[in-house]
Amino acid sequence: MQVASMHFRERAHDKLHDAQLQANLRMFKDKFVPLRRDSLAELDDFEATREAARAIRQRALDDLDVWLEIFDENARARGATVLYAQTPAEVNALVLEIARRHDVRKIIKSKSMVSEESGLDHAIEAAGLTVVETDLGEYILQINDYEPPSHIVGPALHKSRDEVAEIFHVRHGTAKKTGIDELVGEGREVLRDHYLRADMGISGGNFLVAETGSVVLVTNEGNATLATTLPQVHVAISGIEKIVPTLEDVATLMRLLPRSATGQSISNYVDILTGIKGPGEFHGAEHMYFIVVDSGRSAVLGSEVSAALRCIRCGACMNHCPVYQNIGGHAYGWVYPGPIGSILTPMYVGLENALDLPQASTMCNQCGVVCPVKIPLPDLQRKLREQEFERHLRPWYERMALKGWGWLARHPALYAFASGVGVRMLRALSGRNGMIRRLPFAGGWTDERDMPAPAGRTFRELYKARAAR
Amino acid sequence: MTIDDNRRSREALLARVRTALRRDGPDDAARAAGRAAAQAYLAAHRSGPRPALSGDIAGRFLRRATDMSSSVERIATFDEAPSAVLRYLKTVDALPAAGVCWPEFAAQGWAGAGLDVESRPTVGHDALGITGCFCAIAETGTLVLVSGAQTPTATFLLPETHVAIVRTDRIVPAMEDAFALLRAEGALPRGVSLVSGPSRTGDIEQTTVLGAHGPRRLHILLVGQ
Repeated sequence: MQVASMHFRERAHDKLHDAQLQANLRMFKDKFVPLRRDSLAELDDFEATREAARAIRQRALDDLDVWLEIFDENARARGATVLYAQTPAEVNALVLEIARRHDVRKIIKSKSMVSEESGLDHAIEAAGLTVVETDLGEYILQINDYEPPSHIVGPALHKSRDEVAEIFHVRHGTAKKTGIDELVGEGREVLRDHYLRADMGISGGNFLVAETGSVVLVTNEGNATLATTLPQVHVAISGIEKIVPTLEDVATLMRLLPRSATGQSISNYVDILTGIKGPGEFHGAEHMYFIVVDSGRSAVLGSEVSAALRCIRCGACMNHCPVYQNIGGHAYGWVYPGPIGSILTPMYVGLENALDLPQASTMCNQCGVVCPVKIPLPDLQRKLREQEFERHLRPWYERMALKGWGWLARHPALYAFASGVGVRMLRALSGRNGMIRRLPFAGGWTDERDMPAPAGRTFRELYKARAAR
Repeated sequence: MTIDDNRRSREALLARVRTALRRDGPDDAARAAGRAAAQAYLAAHRSGPRPALSGDIAGRFLRRATDMSSSVERIATFDEAPSAVLRYLKTVDALPAAGVCWPEFAAQGWAGAGLDVESRPTVGHDALGITGCFCAIAETGTLVLVSGAQTPTATFLLPETHVAIVRTDRIVPAMEDAFALLRAEGALPRGVSLVSGPSRTGDIEQTTVLGAHGPRRLHILLVGQ
């Protein structure tokens, strides 16, 4: 996928002024949060489950080489071919080679974010083959000239039913529908035909189970089950970090993944797929391939933000993020939006290509609190901010300002005087309601909203007054 | 780069992972220790925290399955299945009384109840699919369906209506128990599908619609006390 993360500021600004998008985002932001909260109450001990999930994911990362080898042995023992891709380009090359080997003409796909990283669909089409996305959200985006996904769980959540109706009407050449039921029905009819005719199914992988050499696929639509059961060839593409040791570990993670993602106790279809079709089986793939992908992950593993690899792609961090809630996923400019995207994107495409993403945070830590595998997202963002500073990637005026502040902070008397003047000036700028409507030279703070004015005295002044009492 | 010499990619990738983990030295003892620790962890099959399920697990299964938009009817014996299926089809929009079933139910006497049910795999033109299940999970109202020569997968995927016949004594409390049962049977089947209710999507305006790709409805017949 083309990286547009360096344009975050401009894109965020555009999204804030996109009335349709703002209406769609408002609809979505009030739903996920209470659904998640209520469903987690079903667990006797959420915090203990969350700690267990963190430990499972961290265990896998701490001995990743060992778990990869065990996975490899067990998957091969069941007749699967395990292939390794070091780069996004290698992912595409391997998929095309598998397709050629089995005379594949038509491919169906269930959702795979890894394949978005490498722009796999475009590579398949460039090779003259047909590919059809089967996740309804991904399908809508595919037929809309490959519009990028805006959310890792619901890729088309930024679209209204009217927008989807228009896309279906134009692309399918059918009468324009109005109801969501009818739209889903139309999608079902169109995709059913593709399922029955496809030669190869491509899936992602929610987890790779080392113990059994299996891939675990989680969907509500059942599209992954169909896409991996009907065609004769199945290719599962997954990042190296998706390994978990045992099926019991899957059970623990599955108590948190659907609840954190959509507030469901369980997703409708959880498939554990192992090896090739058995003797006498009517359905199932005769040829099973795993493509295990690095594409920057090993570099993250050795870095100070390695905890980000624990991610199980539930999307809770973005659902709860005040920045994401206001601008949606597209502004982030690559595959992974929201707080987790603000770590993974700079790590996978280069910090210099995504300078604003670690800054796209209020440091409110909502994301860190809801993350089911306890990724300390704001801490990781802060580490990337430090790297930006150290690598001289921040603008000169920011460096100057920080230098100035640093000097001032080392001179307490001067600091007290300057901050005393500062808060009084800000107080003077505020209106009667205690809000500042416009700040000279800092319109970024006040163009979109009013800023609360400080109390008029500094913290130290207030503290001194209180101590004297 | 080709599939056949992918070994080089594999070695390069594993080498980078070892470098990242700072264990890229030729220290075989450390590697062997890591491997032994992993094997010990696998052998232990440790479970994480599980919600306590007390009392009637069949009742819990029934309630949770209903929460997931399955419908459930309790019957005393397998012999009651054909009439129960017919009754169900009639009550829901007078659905067509024809379809396919897994071989284990071939001699169930469907015709006697007025149903046209054939024991064969489906290729997509059947309105009704009748299956059993390997076991069921009370915690989440989930069916565990495994693939095999006698249990063709598409029977519970392609038809618009899926009827699952579940023996009450095959309901286990949680996913961990289902995995333990599977392990006791030997190697994991190719496909293990945990199915909780009909296929659904929330991809348009987060509005739940049933029957996204697979069955529009899932009816469960719970056999036994």
